[in-house]
Amino acid sequence: MAVVKLFGAWLSPYCYRVIWALKVKGIAYEYIEEDLSNKSPLLLQYNPIHKKIPVLLHDDKPICESTVILRYIDEIWPQNPLLPADPHERAVALFWIKFADDKSPLISKLFRTDGEEQQAVAKECFEMLEVLEEHALIGGKKFFGGDEINMVDIAFCSVAHWLGVIEDFAGLKIFEPHKFPRLNSWIQNFKSVPVIKDNLPDTDKMLALLKRRREMLLASKSS
Amino acid sequence: MAGELVLLDFWPSPFGMRSRIALAEKGIPYEYREEDLRNKSDLLLQMNPVHKKIPVLIHNGKPVCESVIQVQYIDEVWHDKAPLIPSDPYQRAVARFWVDFVDKKIYDLGSKIWKTKGEEQANAKKEFIECLKLLEGELGDKTYFGGESLGYVDVALVPFYTWFYAYEKCGDFSIEAECPKMIAWVKRCMQKESVAKSLPDQEKVYEFVLQLKKLFGIE
Repeated sequence: MAVVKLFGAWLSPYCYRVIWALKVKGIAYEYIEEDLSNKSPLLLQYNPIHKKIPVLLHDDKPICESTVILRYIDEIWPQNPLLPADPHERAVALFWIKFADDKSPLISKLFRTDGEEQQAVAKECFEMLEVLEEHALIGGKKFFGGDEINMVDIAFCSVAHWLGVIEDFAGLKIFEPHKFPRLNSWIQNFKSVPVIKDNLPDTDKMLALLKRRREMLLASKSS
Repeated sequence: MAGELVLLDFWPSPFGMRSRIALAEKGIPYEYREEDLRNKSDLLLQMNPVHKKIPVLIHNGKPVCESVIQVQYIDEVWHDKAPLIPSDPYQRAVARFWVDFVDKKIYDLGSKIWKTKGEEQANAKKEFIECLKLLEGELGDKTYFGGESLGYVDVALVPFYTWFYAYEKCGDFSIEAECPKMIAWVKRCMQKESVAKSLPDQEKVYEFVLQLKKLFGIE
Protein backbone atom coordinates (compact mmCIF):
# COMPACT_ATOMS: atom_id res chain seq x y z
CA MET A 1 0.00 0.00 0.00
CA ALA A 2 1.60 3.23 -1.13
CA VAL A 3 2.18 5.84 1.51
CA VAL A 4 0.77 9.32 1.01
CA LYS A 5 2.15 12.25 3.00
CA LEU A 6 1.21 15.90 2.83
CA PHE A 7 3.49 18.71 3.99
CA GLY A 8 1.30 21.69 4.71
CA ALA A 9 0.59 24.77 6.83
CA TRP A 10 -2.78 25.10 8.57
CA LEU A 11 -3.35 28.66 7.38
CA SER A 12 -2.65 28.05 3.69
CA PRO A 13 -5.54 27.78 1.22
CA TYR A 14 -3.21 25.90 -1.16
CA CYS A 15 -2.78 23.22 1.50
CA TYR A 16 -6.54 22.86 1.93
CA ARG A 17 -6.99 22.40 -1.80
CA VAL A 18 -4.98 19.19 -1.50
CA ILE A 19 -6.67 18.04 1.73
CA TRP A 20 -10.13 18.34 0.18
CA ALA A 21 -9.07 16.47 -2.97
CA LEU A 22 -7.63 13.59 -0.90
CA LYS A 23 -10.77 13.44 1.26
CA VAL A 24 -13.18 13.59 -1.71
CA LYS A 25 -11.39 10.53 -3.10
CA GLY A 26 -11.16 8.78 0.27
CA ILE A 27 -7.37 8.62 0.30
CA ALA A 28 -5.64 8.08 3.65
CA TYR A 29 -2.64 10.31 4.22
CA GLU A 30 -0.25 11.47 6.89
CA TYR A 31 -0.25 15.22 7.47
CA ILE A 32 2.93 17.02 8.47
CA GLU A 33 2.57 20.61 9.67
CA GLU A 34 5.44 22.85 8.56
CA ASP A 35 6.59 25.89 10.50
CA LEU A 36 7.06 28.30 7.58
CA SER A 37 9.46 30.45 9.59
CA ASN A 38 11.64 27.39 10.18
CA LYS A 39 11.25 25.02 7.25
CA SER A 40 12.23 21.41 7.79
CA PRO A 41 15.21 19.88 5.94
CA LEU A 42 12.78 17.36 4.42
CA LEU A 43 10.62 20.12 2.88
CA LEU A 44 13.71 21.82 1.43
CA GLN A 45 14.84 18.48 0.05
CA TYR A 46 11.46 17.71 -1.55
CA ASN A 47 10.87 21.21 -2.94
CA PRO A 48 14.31 22.70 -3.54
CA ILE A 49 13.11 25.04 -6.29
CA HIS A 50 10.34 26.93 -4.49
CA LYS A 51 10.82 25.70 -0.87
CA LYS A 52 7.04 25.97 -0.35
CA ILE A 53 4.10 23.95 0.87
CA PRO A 54 2.06 22.05 -0.07
CA VAL A 55 4.21 19.10 -1.11
CA LEU A 56 2.62 15.71 -1.66
CA LEU A 57 4.75 12.63 -1.20
CA HIS A 58 3.46 9.51 -2.92
CA ASP A 59 5.65 6.41 -2.70
CA ASP A 60 8.52 8.73 -1.65
CA LYS A 61 8.09 10.77 -4.85
CA PRO A 62 7.49 14.48 -4.24
CA ILE A 63 4.95 16.50 -6.19
CA CYS A 64 4.98 20.30 -5.78
CA GLU A 65 2.58 23.16 -6.65
CA SER A 66 -1.01 22.69 -5.51
CA THR A 67 -2.59 22.62 -8.99
CA VAL A 68 -0.01 20.07 -10.20
CA ILE A 69 -0.77 18.01 -7.06
CA LEU A 70 -4.54 18.21 -7.65
CA ARG A 71 -4.19 16.95 -11.22
CA TYR A 72 -1.88 14.14 -10.07
CA ILE A 73 -4.36 13.06 -7.39
CA ASP A 74 -7.20 13.14 -9.94
CA GLU A 75 -5.24 10.94 -12.34
CA ILE A 76 -3.91 8.39 -9.83
CA TRP A 77 -7.28 8.00 -8.05
CA PRO A 78 -9.98 8.43 -10.72
CA GLN A 79 -12.98 7.91 -8.40
CA ASN A 80 -15.09 11.05 -7.86
CA PRO A 81 -13.40 12.83 -10.78
CA LEU A 82 -12.48 16.47 -10.25
CA LEU A 83 -12.30 17.48 -13.92
CA PRO A 84 -14.76 17.04 -16.80
CA ALA A 85 -14.09 14.15 -19.20
CA ASP A 86 -14.89 16.16 -22.35
CA PRO A 87 -11.69 17.86 -23.67
CA HIS A 88 -13.31 21.23 -24.30
CA GLU A 89 -15.14 21.33 -20.97
CA ARG A 90 -11.87 20.35 -19.32
CA ALA A 91 -10.08 23.20 -21.12
CA VAL A 92 -12.68 25.62 -19.76
CA ALA A 93 -12.27 24.23 -16.22
CA LEU A 94 -8.47 24.55 -16.50
CA PHE A 95 -8.90 28.14 -17.68
CA TRP A 96 -10.76 29.03 -14.48
CA ILE A 97 -8.29 27.12 -12.32
CA LYS A 98 -5.47 29.16 -13.90
CA PHE A 99 -7.47 32.33 -13.27
CA ALA A 100 -7.85 31.32 -9.62
CA ASP A 101 -4.10 30.58 -9.39
CA ASP A 102 -3.19 33.92 -10.98
CA LYS A 103 -5.57 36.00 -8.85
CA SER A 104 -5.59 34.29 -5.43
CA PRO A 105 -2.28 35.95 -4.36
CA LEU A 106 -4.15 39.29 -4.46
CA ILE A 107 -6.09 38.18 -1.38
CA SER A 108 -3.00 37.65 0.74
CA LYS A 109 -1.54 40.86 -0.74
CA LEU A 110 -4.50 42.71 0.83
CA PHE A 111 -3.21 41.60 4.19
CA ARG A 112 0.42 42.58 3.52
CA THR A 113 -0.25 46.10 2.23
CA ASP A 114 -1.81 49.28 3.55
CA GLY A 115 -2.81 52.78 2.43
CA GLU A 116 -2.80 53.50 -1.28
CA GLU A 117 -1.18 50.21 -2.19
CA GLN A 118 -3.90 48.28 -0.37
CA GLN A 119 -6.58 50.35 -2.13
CA ALA A 120 -5.09 49.39 -5.49
CA VAL A 121 -5.06 45.70 -4.52
CA ALA A 122 -8.65 45.95 -3.23
CA LYS A 123 -9.70 47.36 -6.61
CA GLU A 124 -8.04 44.44 -8.40
CA CYS A 125 -9.81 42.00 -6.06
CA PHE A 126 -13.15 43.64 -6.80
CA GLU A 127 -12.49 43.33 -10.54
CA MET A 128 -11.65 39.65 -10.11
CA LEU A 129 -14.99 39.09 -8.34
CA GLU A 130 -16.77 40.95 -11.14
CA VAL A 131 -15.24 38.62 -13.73
CA LEU A 132 -16.35 35.55 -11.76
CA GLU A 133 -19.86 36.92 -11.33
CA GLU A 134 -20.20 37.84 -14.99
CA HIS A 135 -18.40 35.01 -16.75
CA ALA A 136 -17.80 31.97 -14.57
CA LEU A 137 -21.07 31.27 -12.84
CA ILE A 138 -23.53 31.64 -15.68
CA GLY A 139 -26.12 28.94 -16.27
CA GLY A 140 -27.50 28.81 -12.72
CA LYS A 141 -25.16 26.02 -11.64
CA LYS A 142 -24.85 25.19 -7.95
CA PHE A 143 -21.10 24.73 -8.24
CA PHE A 144 -18.50 25.38 -10.94
CA GLY A 145 -18.51 21.59 -11.25
CA GLY A 146 -22.30 21.41 -11.73
CA ASP A 147 -24.17 19.48 -9.03
CA GLU A 148 -20.98 18.46 -7.24
CA ILE A 149 -17.82 20.41 -6.47
CA ASN A 150 -14.85 19.92 -8.74
CA MET A 151 -11.29 21.24 -9.06
CA VAL A 152 -12.52 24.71 -10.05
CA ASP A 153 -14.59 25.09 -6.87
CA ILE A 154 -11.61 23.89 -4.83
CA ALA A 155 -9.30 26.34 -6.63
CA PHE A 156 -11.47 29.32 -5.66
CA CYS A 157 -11.41 28.51 -1.95
CA SER A 158 -9.52 31.75 -1.17
CA VAL A 159 -12.54 33.68 -2.39
CA ALA A 160 -14.94 31.50 -0.37
CA HIS A 161 -13.18 31.64 2.98
CA TRP A 162 -9.89 33.54 3.17
CA LEU A 163 -11.17 36.76 1.57
CA GLY A 164 -13.86 37.23 4.24
CA VAL A 165 -11.40 36.74 7.09
CA ILE A 166 -8.88 39.19 5.62
CA GLU A 167 -11.62 41.73 4.93
CA ASP A 168 -12.75 41.50 8.58
CA PHE A 169 -9.18 41.84 9.76
CA ALA A 170 -8.35 44.82 7.54
CA GLY A 171 -11.72 46.54 7.90
CA LEU A 172 -12.39 46.32 4.16
CA LYS A 173 -15.62 45.61 2.33
CA ILE A 174 -14.87 44.29 -1.14
CA PHE A 175 -17.34 41.42 -1.40
CA GLU A 176 -20.93 42.50 -0.81
CA PRO A 177 -23.57 39.77 -1.28
CA HIS A 178 -26.08 42.04 -3.05
CA LYS A 179 -23.43 43.08 -5.61
CA PHE A 180 -22.42 39.48 -6.32
CA PRO A 181 -25.56 37.31 -6.02
CA ARG A 182 -24.24 34.35 -8.03
CA LEU A 183 -20.92 34.35 -6.21
CA ASN A 184 -22.73 34.66 -2.89
CA SER A 185 -24.84 31.57 -3.65
CA TRP A 186 -21.75 29.67 -4.68
CA ILE A 187 -19.91 30.61 -1.46
CA GLN A 188 -22.85 29.45 0.70
CA ASN A 189 -23.16 26.21 -1.28
CA PHE A 190 -19.42 25.53 -1.25
CA LYS A 191 -19.05 26.04 2.48
CA SER A 192 -22.04 23.77 3.14
CA VAL A 193 -20.46 20.76 1.43
CA PRO A 194 -19.54 18.41 4.32
CA VAL A 195 -15.93 17.74 3.26
CA ILE A 196 -15.35 21.51 3.03
CA LYS A 197 -17.33 22.50 6.12
CA ASP A 198 -15.54 19.92 8.27
CA ASN A 199 -12.11 20.93 7.00
CA LEU A 200 -11.76 24.70 7.16
CA PRO A 201 -9.41 26.66 9.38
CA ASP A 202 -11.16 28.29 12.33
CA THR A 203 -11.76 31.99 11.63
CA ASP A 204 -10.99 33.16 15.19
CA LYS A 205 -7.65 31.35 15.12
CA MET A 206 -6.97 32.84 11.71
CA LEU A 207 -7.74 36.38 12.88
CA ALA A 208 -5.50 35.96 15.93
CA LEU A 209 -2.60 34.74 13.80
CA LEU A 210 -3.14 37.46 11.17
CA LYS A 211 -3.04 40.08 13.93
CA ARG A 212 0.28 38.72 15.27
CA ARG A 213 1.79 38.51 11.78
CA ARG A 214 0.64 42.03 10.95
CA GLU A 215 2.29 43.36 14.10
CA MET A 216 5.52 41.61 13.16
CA LEU A 217 5.30 42.98 9.61
CA LEU A 218 4.82 46.57 10.81
CA ALA A 219 7.59 46.19 13.38
CA SER A 220 10.04 45.00 10.73
CA LYS A 221 9.00 47.79 8.32
CA SER A 222 9.59 50.56 10.85
CA SER A 223 12.89 49.21 12.22
CA MET B 1 -11.56 15.05 -36.13
CA ALA B 2 -9.85 18.20 -37.39
CA GLY B 3 -13.00 20.17 -38.03
CA GLU B 4 -12.51 23.88 -38.29
CA LEU B 5 -9.41 25.08 -36.47
CA VAL B 6 -8.40 28.74 -36.17
CA LEU B 7 -5.52 30.21 -34.19
CA LEU B 8 -5.78 33.90 -33.28
CA ASP B 9 -2.20 34.93 -32.70
CA PHE B 10 0.45 37.67 -32.88
CA TRP B 11 3.72 36.75 -34.59
CA PRO B 12 6.25 37.65 -31.81
CA SER B 13 4.20 36.08 -29.00
CA PRO B 14 6.11 33.18 -27.40
CA PHE B 15 2.76 31.94 -26.10
CA GLY B 16 1.29 31.78 -29.60
CA MET B 17 4.43 29.99 -30.78
CA ARG B 18 3.72 27.16 -28.32
CA SER B 19 0.43 26.34 -30.01
CA ARG B 20 1.96 26.72 -33.49
CA ILE B 21 4.63 24.14 -32.59
CA ALA B 22 2.11 21.70 -31.06
CA LEU B 23 -0.11 21.86 -34.15
CA ALA B 24 2.89 21.49 -36.48
CA GLU B 25 4.29 18.52 -34.52
CA LYS B 26 1.01 16.72 -35.05
CA GLY B 27 0.63 17.85 -38.66
CA ILE B 28 -2.75 19.43 -38.01
CA PRO B 29 -3.91 21.96 -40.62
CA TYR B 30 -5.33 25.20 -39.25
CA GLU B 31 -6.01 28.80 -40.20
CA TYR B 32 -3.56 31.29 -38.69
CA ARG B 33 -5.00 34.74 -38.13
CA GLU B 34 -2.74 37.64 -37.22
CA GLU B 35 -4.27 40.02 -34.66
CA ASP B 36 -3.46 43.72 -34.48
CA LEU B 37 -3.24 44.12 -30.71
CA ARG B 38 -3.93 47.85 -30.92
CA ASN B 39 -7.16 47.06 -32.77
CA LYS B 40 -8.39 43.68 -31.55
CA SER B 41 -10.92 41.87 -33.72
CA ASP B 42 -14.51 41.34 -32.58
CA LEU B 43 -13.83 37.62 -32.81
CA LEU B 44 -10.95 37.83 -30.32
CA LEU B 45 -13.00 39.90 -27.88
CA GLN B 46 -15.89 37.47 -28.21
CA MET B 47 -13.75 34.32 -27.84
CA ASN B 48 -11.65 35.60 -24.92
CA PRO B 49 -13.86 38.12 -23.12
CA VAL B 50 -12.06 37.68 -19.77
CA HIS B 51 -8.50 38.50 -20.85
CA LYS B 52 -8.92 39.72 -24.45
CA LYS B 53 -5.53 38.18 -25.21
CA ILE B 54 -3.94 35.96 -27.82
CA PRO B 55 -3.40 33.17 -28.49
CA VAL B 56 -6.92 31.80 -28.78
CA LEU B 57 -7.48 28.41 -30.40
CA ILE B 58 -10.96 28.05 -31.87
CA HIS B 59 -12.03 24.48 -32.59
CA ASN B 60 -15.39 24.05 -34.29
CA GLY B 61 -16.40 27.47 -33.03
CA LYS B 62 -15.44 26.79 -29.40
CA PRO B 63 -12.54 28.76 -27.88
CA VAL B 64 -9.62 27.39 -25.87
CA CYS B 65 -7.68 30.17 -24.13
CA GLU B 66 -4.24 30.13 -22.45
CA SER B 67 -1.33 28.61 -24.35
CA VAL B 68 -0.51 25.78 -21.89
CA ILE B 69 -4.17 24.73 -21.93
CA GLN B 70 -4.16 24.83 -25.75
CA VAL B 71 -1.11 22.55 -25.91
CA GLN B 72 -2.79 20.09 -23.52
CA TYR B 73 -6.05 20.25 -25.49
CA ILE B 74 -4.25 19.66 -28.80
CA ASP B 75 -2.38 16.72 -27.25
CA GLU B 76 -5.63 15.18 -25.94
CA VAL B 77 -7.76 15.61 -29.04
CA TRP B 78 -5.00 14.50 -31.46
CA HIS B 79 -3.50 11.94 -29.11
CA ASP B 80 -2.54 9.41 -31.78
CA LYS B 81 0.30 11.44 -33.25
CA ALA B 82 3.51 12.78 -31.63
CA PRO B 83 2.39 12.75 -27.96
CA LEU B 84 3.76 15.74 -26.07
CA ILE B 85 2.61 15.04 -22.54
CA PRO B 86 4.02 11.96 -20.73
CA SER B 87 1.67 9.03 -20.22
CA ASP B 88 3.05 8.22 -16.76
CA PRO B 89 1.21 10.30 -14.12
CA TYR B 90 4.34 11.11 -12.12
CA GLN B 91 6.33 12.14 -15.21
CA ARG B 92 3.32 14.21 -16.19
CA ALA B 93 3.36 15.96 -12.82
CA VAL B 94 7.09 16.69 -13.21
CA ALA B 95 6.50 18.12 -16.71
CA ARG B 96 3.62 20.28 -15.45
CA PHE B 97 5.79 21.54 -12.60
CA TRP B 98 8.49 22.72 -15.02
CA VAL B 99 6.01 24.29 -17.44
CA ASP B 100 4.58 26.16 -14.44
CA PHE B 101 8.16 27.21 -13.55
CA VAL B 102 8.73 28.55 -17.08
CA ASP B 103 5.42 30.44 -16.90
CA LYS B 104 6.22 31.95 -13.50
CA LYS B 105 9.75 33.07 -14.29
CA ILE B 106 10.97 33.33 -17.88
CA TYR B 107 8.58 35.85 -19.45
CA ASP B 108 8.53 38.29 -16.51
CA LEU B 109 12.29 38.20 -15.97
CA GLY B 110 12.92 38.56 -19.70
CA SER B 111 10.55 41.54 -19.82
CA LYS B 112 12.44 43.20 -16.97
CA ILE B 113 15.72 42.75 -18.88
CA TRP B 114 14.55 44.75 -21.89
CA LYS B 115 12.34 47.21 -20.02
CA THR B 116 14.62 48.29 -17.17
CA LYS B 117 18.14 49.52 -16.49
CA GLY B 118 20.64 49.68 -13.66
CA GLU B 119 20.14 47.59 -10.57
CA GLU B 120 16.68 46.32 -11.53
CA GLN B 121 18.02 45.04 -14.85
CA ALA B 122 21.10 43.52 -13.21
CA ASN B 123 18.94 41.60 -10.73
CA ALA B 124 16.65 40.40 -13.50
CA LYS B 125 19.63 39.17 -15.56
CA LYS B 126 21.06 37.31 -12.59
CA GLU B 127 17.77 35.61 -11.75
CA PHE B 128 17.08 34.85 -15.43
CA ILE B 129 20.41 32.99 -15.75
CA GLU B 130 19.77 31.16 -12.46
CA CYS B 131 16.40 29.96 -13.82
CA LEU B 132 17.96 28.80 -17.09
CA LYS B 133 20.59 26.90 -15.09
CA LEU B 134 17.84 25.17 -13.09
CA LEU B 135 16.21 24.20 -16.37
CA GLU B 136 19.58 22.91 -17.65
CA GLY B 137 19.70 20.77 -14.51
CA GLU B 138 16.29 19.31 -15.29
CA LEU B 139 17.32 18.64 -18.92
CA GLY B 140 20.45 16.78 -17.79
CA ASP B 141 21.86 14.59 -20.54
CA LYS B 142 18.55 14.14 -22.33
CA THR B 143 18.15 15.17 -25.96
CA TYR B 144 14.96 17.01 -25.12
CA PHE B 145 13.09 17.65 -21.87
CA GLY B 146 10.63 15.09 -23.25
CA GLY B 147 13.39 12.49 -23.63
CA GLU B 148 14.00 11.26 -27.16
CA SER B 149 11.21 13.34 -28.62
CA LEU B 150 9.87 16.86 -28.15
CA GLY B 151 7.68 17.15 -25.05
CA TYR B 152 5.49 19.55 -23.13
CA VAL B 153 8.37 21.43 -21.47
CA ASP B 154 10.27 21.75 -24.76
CA VAL B 155 7.22 23.25 -26.46
CA ALA B 156 6.59 25.63 -23.55
CA LEU B 157 10.19 26.86 -23.31
CA VAL B 158 11.75 26.94 -26.78
CA PRO B 159 9.67 29.93 -28.05
CA PHE B 160 11.43 32.21 -25.56
CA TYR B 161 14.65 31.57 -27.51
CA THR B 162 13.34 33.96 -30.17
CA TRP B 163 13.58 36.73 -27.55
CA PHE B 164 17.09 35.81 -26.31
CA TYR B 165 18.87 38.01 -28.85
CA ALA B 166 16.74 41.01 -27.76
CA TYR B 167 17.47 40.26 -24.07
CA GLU B 168 21.21 39.97 -24.83
CA LYS B 169 21.36 43.24 -26.77
CA CYS B 170 19.31 45.15 -24.18
CA GLY B 171 21.08 43.57 -21.22
CA ASP B 172 24.56 43.46 -22.73
CA PHE B 173 25.31 39.84 -21.86
CA SER B 174 25.63 36.46 -23.55
CA ILE B 175 23.16 33.75 -22.66
CA GLU B 176 25.20 31.10 -24.50
CA ALA B 177 28.30 31.93 -22.46
CA GLU B 178 26.39 31.35 -19.22
CA CYS B 179 24.15 28.50 -20.34
CA PRO B 180 25.77 26.55 -23.20
CA LYS B 181 23.69 23.42 -22.55
CA MET B 182 20.51 25.44 -22.95
CA ILE B 183 21.63 26.82 -26.32
CA ALA B 184 22.74 23.35 -27.44
CA TRP B 185 19.23 22.10 -26.60
CA VAL B 186 17.69 25.02 -28.53
CA LYS B 187 19.75 24.14 -31.60
CA ARG B 188 18.56 20.53 -31.44
CA CYS B 189 14.94 21.77 -31.25
CA MET B 190 15.49 24.11 -34.21
CA GLN B 191 16.50 21.08 -36.31
CA LYS B 192 12.89 20.01 -36.12
CA GLU B 193 10.73 21.43 -38.88
CA SER B 194 7.77 21.91 -36.54
CA VAL B 195 9.87 24.25 -34.39
CA ALA B 196 11.84 26.00 -37.15
CA LYS B 197 8.78 26.94 -39.17
CA SER B 198 6.81 28.10 -36.12
CA LEU B 199 9.38 30.54 -34.76
CA PRO B 200 10.16 34.01 -36.14
CA ASP B 201 13.68 35.25 -36.67
CA GLN B 202 15.45 36.63 -33.57
CA GLU B 203 16.52 39.79 -35.40
CA LYS B 204 12.91 40.53 -36.31
CA VAL B 205 11.90 40.10 -32.66
CA TYR B 206 14.72 42.46 -31.62
CA GLU B 207 13.48 45.10 -34.10
CA PHE B 208 10.01 44.68 -32.65
CA VAL B 209 11.38 45.16 -29.09
CA LEU B 210 13.15 48.35 -30.23
CA GLN B 211 9.84 49.62 -31.58
CA LEU B 212 8.15 48.80 -28.26
CA LYS B 213 10.88 50.63 -26.34
CA LYS B 214 10.28 53.71 -28.51
CA LEU B 215 6.53 53.41 -27.97
CA PHE B 216 6.87 53.17 -24.18
CA GLY B 217 9.57 55.81 -24.05
CA ILE B 218 12.16 53.38 -22.68
CA GLU B 219 15.81 54.30 -23.32
